[in-house]
Amino acid sequence: MVLLTSLRASFCVGVARARLLPPPSTARYFASSVIARQNAPMKQPPHSDSVLFPGAVNSKFTHELKFQRPQDLPAIPTYRLIDTHGEVVDKSREPDISQELALKMYKDMITRADKFLYGMEIWSLHLSGAGNANVSAGEEGIAVGSAAALAPDDVIFSQYREQGVMMYRGFTLDEFMNQLFANKFDYGKGKNMPIHYMSERLHMIPHSVGAAYALKLDQSSRIAVCFFGEGAASEGDFHAALNIAATRSCPVLFICRNNGFAISTPTLEQYKGDGIGSRGVGYGIDTIRVDGNDVGVTFGESGFILYIGIMAVREVTMRARDIALKEQKPVLIEAMSYRVSHHSTSDDSFAYRAKVEVEDWKRRDNPITRMRKWLESKSWWSGEQDQELRIQVRKDILKAFARAEKEKKPALENLFLDVYKVPSRDLEEQMAELRRIIDEYPDEYDLEAFDRGREGL
Amino acid sequence: MKNSLLPFRSLRPAINVPRRRYTTVSPGAGRLNVPTDYSTSSYLAHTPSQTYNLHTDLPKHIRSGKTKRTNYFTAVNDALRIILTTDDKSLIFGEDVSFGGVFRCTSNLTDSFGSSRIFNTPLSEQGIIGFAIGLSASGYTALPEIQFADYLFPAFDQLHNEASKMRYRSGGAEMFNAGRMVVRMPTSAVGHGGLYHSQSPEGFFLGMQGVIVVIPRSPVQAKGLLIAAARGADPVVIMEPKILYRAAVEEVPLEEYELPIGKAEVLQVGTDVTLVAYGTMVYVAEAAARAAKERLGVSAEVIDLRTVRPWDKETITKSVNKTGRCVVVHEASRTGGMGESVAGEVQERCFLRLEAPVTRVTGWDTPMPLAFEGFMVPDVVRVLDGIKRTMEY
Repeated sequence: MVLLTSLRASFCVGVARARLLPPPSTARYFASSVIARQNAPMKQPPHSDSVLFPGAVNSKFTHELKFQRPQDLPAIPTYRLIDTHGEVVDKSREPDISQELALKMYKDMITRADKFLYGMEIWSLHLSGAGNANVSAGEEGIAVGSAAALAPDDVIFSQYREQGVMMYRGFTLDEFMNQLFANKFDYGKGKNMPIHYMSERLHMIPHSVGAAYALKLDQSSRIAVCFFGEGAASEGDFHAALNIAATRSCPVLFICRNNGFAISTPTLEQYKGDGIGSRGVGYGIDTIRVDGNDVGVTFGESGFILYIGIMAVREVTMRARDIALKEQKPVLIEAMSYRVSHHSTSDDSFAYRAKVEVEDWKRRDNPITRMRKWLESKSWWSGEQDQELRIQVRKDILKAFARAEKEKKPALENLFLDVYKVPSRDLEEQMAELRRIIDEYPDEYDLEAFDRGREGL
Repeated sequence: MKNSLLPFRSLRPAINVPRRRYTTVSPGAGRLNVPTDYSTSSYLAHTPSQTYNLHTDLPKHIRSGKTKRTNYFTAVNDALRIILTTDDKSLIFGEDVSFGGVFRCTSNLTDSFGSSRIFNTPLSEQGIIGFAIGLSASGYTALPEIQFADYLFPAFDQLHNEASKMRYRSGGAEMFNAGRMVVRMPTSAVGHGGLYHSQSPEGFFLGMQGVIVVIPRSPVQAKGLLIAAARGADPVVIMEPKILYRAAVEEVPLEEYELPIGKAEVLQVGTDVTLVAYGTMVYVAEAAARAAKERLGVSAEVIDLRTVRPWDKETITKSVNKTGRCVVVHEASRTGGMGESVAGEVQERCFLRLEAPVTRVTGWDTPMPLAFEGFMVPDVVRVLDGIKRTMEY
């Protein structure tokens, strides 16, 4: 934090002296200043202790030949609201949350967390022969907590561990199940692997920075939000996205789930710096690190576990959204957690990490119970209600599962549709060719499983 | 063996439930579209003697050696072990390779060769290939793994704009080339990979000069071609059909050996039509050739292209000049696929001998859709139909 503060302070002083910008009331950031700088004449005050290098306007001269060593800088601190015992750390900051909202968040988490849904995902894969789904145990809190802090029409670009966000926004169990089974009600029309949920209704479309810029041009009161893991932050597009977001001052929230593993690769082999947060600082983006485990681990009967970081994530996301919207610039949130589940349903992570390590995390941090205790301490929730909720959730999931399972696959024509808006002549020819083949060899193709059978092509 | 992290192995249901399938196959007597039975394929060596009879270009000096029943990914692992043992300057790196990789091809190598030679990289394909080029140009043998061929595209700039033209732009400099790089990647459909785990992007390499692209069809082939690639002078991309990693099992020679890169192989001699395939599709071609014999009385010559870039025009030309007919089979989409290249060359080289236009049986011009993979990938019926149309032209 020292690094952040001193950088900002010196930046403000430099800017004020150079009269490039009006004296900033808060730390105005590089993004906006870059644009201003390009338009203002560069003046060099006499006897200045620095030169306004266009590439580093606030760098002071020094006689000391010294390399900046990352290990000498303090790590970005991790914000938390509730400690491991479920106590609010700063009593003056009792979570500002209504009973209704707290319960909605809790119920959504339970639903997603329920081992039944988890089990169903796997089961559905077995049934469909589909093979693989990515699970998000350990990170529900990040998703639900952040969703709770966003506006319903903010544009979200999510990955496959954001089921919590979708659920919070009203994506139903049926909708989840339809996607898992790739049946005819799946919005992706059976084209994607399981867990690639999407919904136009819920504003989940790709590519957050461009979308954020569009919102900016539209002078919208919405922002764009992008979820990703720490592994994805090694890809080139992450760096390009942050840099463009900063230089074009795009109202976007980058929410990184740092869960310690990209499939098998631990963060120690993924990066050397101070997490993903330090990169936000490097790109001139307001950055905060938050305890994504702030509330919640639960043990299901089968040992299924869930971490939930909800209160701190929610509060941080609300503040970040405010900055992104009011100051029209990007903000990076690095939410720390530990992936207690395997990477996917076909991964056995004990091949690359010790079971004891996972057990240790479960023991050390048990936030779901703590959130329940916190709810109970406010007399908002009871043991009986919890029991009822869990039973009801299981019933609902089983019903949705049964409904989705018996639905047919999308009609065969969907193989060729949506490549272009209108199928090309090539595709029409190829559709006709497949029709001919199926008609000439009717015994070779079983189209029963597909909507409308042969007529579906 | 205990599987740890194989995204596409078929999962056994925890509860005994009837299994639904995506495939177009309706099992039944006399049907052609049934799942490939690799254990009876005549293109795989099920006994030691078959190994040397089938793989005719295995070097003479190993022909008296022992063999071992080995699946495809273990054969790749064996080859990597041999390369690492015989070449001190060889290294393996990529996403998740140090614990064995998601398809287990690099299992147990870290234990034997240490973490300075086998290591995980950050998740960046562009970085992985750029890093490999630098090592290669510095005298090291770089064996990077791209986790799925579908993830190749962030690295495409490094492959196309750097690796492929490095030797050319340096005027053939001794060191300044990417010739000691072999990029391995799992490719093609598994039946449930969908848009981002079942693609066959080999066609993109048709526009790339200076890089060799190899698609081995079996464990024996995978081992020999990988060792040859690592010892060759040019950058090689090896695309390993991921469905074969466990399904294809052969008696593989224990000794080290190389198989020729750039050469196709005639798997089955015939007189009426030439079937050109590679990777998984050679087994579909095998079944279609059998059906053509039984149902149409047609004798098909089946050729595995093996190296798809630059591919072996001589072997194909010789065959088509003999049969007068040619059918090309691949999973990748029709447009921009190998079929265009083969058909183009064949009509130029064999025009006067051709009795029918070259027929292509390929994936459609769509992305790879999960629920319809069975309709996208050419099946036995479609290949047989292609043969029939070619014969009846």
